[in-house]
Amino acid sequence: MIAWTIYLTLAGAVLLLLLPCRFARWIALLTTIAGLALGLIALVRTPIADLAHFTTIVRVPWVLALGMNYHLAIDGVSLTMVLVTGISAVSSVLFSWDVEHRQNEFFFWLLLVVAGCYGVFLSADLFLFFAFYELVIVPKYFLIAVFGSTNKEYGAMKLTLYSFFGGMLVFVGVLTAYVTAGTLDLNQLSQFQFSPQLQAWALPVLFLGFAVLAGIWPLHTWAPTGHVAAPTAGSMLLAGIVMKLGSYAGLRVAMNLFPQGFQMWSKWIVLLAVVGIVYAAAVALRQRDLKFVIGYSSVSHMGFVLLGLAATTGLSVSGAVLQMFSHGVIAALLFAVAGRMIYRRTHTRELDVLAGMDLSDALPFAAFTFIIAAAASMGIPGFSGFAAEITILIGAWKTYPFAVWVTGAGMVLVAAFTLRALKQSFFGEKERGVHLQEGRVPLDPDWNEQQNITAPEKCGACLLMLATLAVGLYPKVLLDRIMPAVEAMRFLK
Amino acid sequence: MILTMSYFELLKLASPETIVVITALAVLAIGLVTGHAKSRVTVSTMKSAQNTKDTSFAMGTCSAIAALGLVIAIGTVLMLPRNATLFGGMLVITPLTSLFKIICIALAFFTVLLTTSEKEPRHPGEYLALVLFATVGLMLLVGSEELLMIFIGLELLGLSLYVMTAFDKTDVRSAEAGLKYLLFGSTSSAFTFFGISLIYGMTGTTGLAGISQKLGAASVQPLLAVGIVMTLIGFAFKIAAAPFHLWAPDAYQGGPVPSAAFIASASKVASFVVLGKIVLVGFAPLHGNAAWHAMVAGWSPMLAALAALSILVGNLVALAQSNVRRLLAYSAVAHSGYTLIGIVAGDRDGLSAALFYATIYAITLVGAFGVVAMVRRETGGDNFSNFRGLVSRSPLIAGCMCVFMLSLAGIPPLAGFFGKFYLFSAALRAGANNGLLWLVAVALLGSFISLYYYLMVLKAIFVDEPAFPPVRHVYVVPSDLLPRTAVVVLAMAVFLLGVAPEILAAPILAAVP
Repeated sequence: MIAWTIYLTLAGAVLLLLLPCRFARWIALLTTIAGLALGLIALVRTPIADLAHFTTIVRVPWVLALGMNYHLAIDGVSLTMVLVTGISAVSSVLFSWDVEHRQNEFFFWLLLVVAGCYGVFLSADLFLFFAFYELVIVPKYFLIAVFGSTNKEYGAMKLTLYSFFGGMLVFVGVLTAYVTAGTLDLNQLSQFQFSPQLQAWALPVLFLGFAVLAGIWPLHTWAPTGHVAAPTAGSMLLAGIVMKLGSYAGLRVAMNLFPQGFQMWSKWIVLLAVVGIVYAAAVALRQRDLKFVIGYSSVSHMGFVLLGLAATTGLSVSGAVLQMFSHGVIAALLFAVAGRMIYRRTHTRELDVLAGMDLSDALPFAAFTFIIAAAASMGIPGFSGFAAEITILIGAWKTYPFAVWVTGAGMVLVAAFTLRALKQSFFGEKERGVHLQEGRVPLDPDWNEQQNITAPEKCGACLLMLATLAVGLYPKVLLDRIMPAVEAMRFLK
Repeated sequence: MILTMSYFELLKLASPETIVVITALAVLAIGLVTGHAKSRVTVSTMKSAQNTKDTSFAMGTCSAIAALGLVIAIGTVLMLPRNATLFGGMLVITPLTSLFKIICIALAFFTVLLTTSEKEPRHPGEYLALVLFATVGLMLLVGSEELLMIFIGLELLGLSLYVMTAFDKTDVRSAEAGLKYLLFGSTSSAFTFFGISLIYGMTGTTGLAGISQKLGAASVQPLLAVGIVMTLIGFAFKIAAAPFHLWAPDAYQGGPVPSAAFIASASKVASFVVLGKIVLVGFAPLHGNAAWHAMVAGWSPMLAALAALSILVGNLVALAQSNVRRLLAYSAVAHSGYTLIGIVAGDRDGLSAALFYATIYAITLVGAFGVVAMVRRETGGDNFSNFRGLVSRSPLIAGCMCVFMLSLAGIPPLAGFFGKFYLFSAALRAGANNGLLWLVAVALLGSFISLYYYLMVLKAIFVDEPAFPPVRHVYVVPSDLLPRTAVVVLAMAVFLLGVAPEILAAPILAAVP
């Protein structure tokens, strides 16, 4: 039944093209809610034992001549990712409730991204997987280039080309695996013994291709520019789930297919991950644009995922998967506050300017949300960020203790830039020049905006906060499903 | 054998060609009768409403008859026997030839539909007759395994195409394009003919099977190698592979849009079918090896070099274009390169992948040219600026162009994505020990570059504001309906072939010997 997440989302996208625009947002909302509901039902109903292996849901012959099947499967890792996709999708629709311009098209591209992500997380056929993976690239371009803000055409093109470049590397790896093993079935491929020589070169190509999307350090620059240029829903989806496509694929495909190659290269990946964590946090500390701060924080947090994967212990990889979930929710929340709640009302994201407004008075709900998001992002116990990052660090301690030391130091930087952003955006000192009416935000009179946080925004924010709190307080609900699935994977043995 | 062949038998086996020729003659006659009044008036610049009505009536009748003839021809191809050989391979009927005759006729059919979008058709009868004669050339090309007949097919095709390119008498670019195409084309014909004569001289036969036998039996002599290289150069001109591509940008940009569409689609598919047949059947013993560390002289390293060069040159030069037709021309060079990879692979898988790719490419390109024709008709040009804001003027057509461009770039779930996967996996499988990986890597690099310029077209359509206020309901004439339908049908085909590629891939794989 979980396969219907893909079908419903695609059906919603097609419907959007056919129906007039006054239905657009409702169609989008209903389809994304349906996706989330299906994910939750699967979470409750599927027995945990079934989630320990990549269990087939659908398997239909597709192109017989090439051995392609339409093959979907699920395990604990996929389920976690499906859940975070559903949550981010619903909240991103809620946070784009007042898109006026070319509504149908906007939600069409948005749903296409969501459907592609569901597809990637559920496919068990390498070709199908790759098709969904590439499907996500172009809708992002249109979302950003048509509906974005600051420097949108540049940001959109840069992001698309980076993703497509990664996609080309992946293409090489996928072809090599397919031609060598003669099958496209991921379960069969993960049993196949590739020669060590092949693994030694194919793994870095494949993993790097995926890691571009996950924002690995020297190839991360698309992420901040893209996030800044994107419309709010776009940034939420990008940081929330699209970046996870890269890390999920690295785990599901690269590490499972070429375990020996991964062993050879893991220390280099750890190096890049740690550099990424520290470097991006340091850069975030110096940004003036709130969205840039959050963009770099995404890169930093994704560094944790890569570290968890590269440490290759059961605990660290499970932590990485949990971090994918956690960061998906938190990043969406941060971008929602910065791009939507603040920017729509002040038309600026400059921290220096925001500092003069003291927004906590004017937008108390936004301030509250941002505090929660910041706390979760810093890794305060009780939120999902803490549960995930501590799992990663404990898991990685066995294999790369030095990396854990450096990362621990890096976490101070994360706290520093998060607190700085929080203070400047909401708790700055009121400058004398800016006169605010009580409970009002300085507005350009031409922009006839709503002053108060609207109901859809509140719903979206509550959904995200609830998710991070729930997982933070009771991580077992996901970890119980993730850990057996991870431990069944080959690279651990 | 010739003596035992009855004339009736020949007519039966060549019935599709015959029908197309008869249709061409009929269209020519009708064009003469109906367009007569008009051709006198065009001397003056005054155009009366009556006059326009006349031509559009002539256009309507001629294209209806041409389309009907092509449909009947497809029907007769379906009724041909599965296998037959006439005159020692001069005319061959196999599942492969029948399939590609149908594909070529279908592409010609869509070209005829596009012709109706021309704003001021001149001499529609003559133009459509040329399209049909070119189609006969394609059918002869596809349906022959004999070098002499192939050459005749090439010439029939070529001569029709030169005139079709130069057909727009009001546009100096068209004349320039026609002249360039004629000069390059006839040079390439000379190469081919010289090559063929050398091969005939050395092997004593023009049948492909016979040549293959002779080549396998004796050691290769230098003169024979020269013959093979020259033949291949001729074909490289035909498929616009770099460095023999210089005619393509002008022909694509200058000629009337339907001509360009025909050159880019049907002519290319047929050329690839013939090229595949010649090298894989005729020159089979001289395959050589194009694998990175194991290069062996033969035609495959030569084609591999052409492929790599075409991919790089085509994609890099396309980056700098600001005219959509010129951009499509350079992308065509690159796509010839991709398709050649399948032939370099040189086995059954590789050939069927190459033919699959050539076919979906042709379908995509006819559609893209259809969109160009409509934009041209509406805005008077085909630069990026003419495409600006197309999405607000005509969302449906903009969506179709999006499908075509993304399919060319190889984005799922469109046909181009599957085509590339099929092609590259066939190439990797053919070279032992991933030997052809270098070529695949070049192709992937090329297709990475290509996304940029395809996105630039889409950016003009979807992102940029219109360069001038949209003129609504000015050219809304009934004849717009046909090309519009054609474009939508082609876009749907591109999507369908991406989602369910087996519809086309399975017949091709079954037909390739």
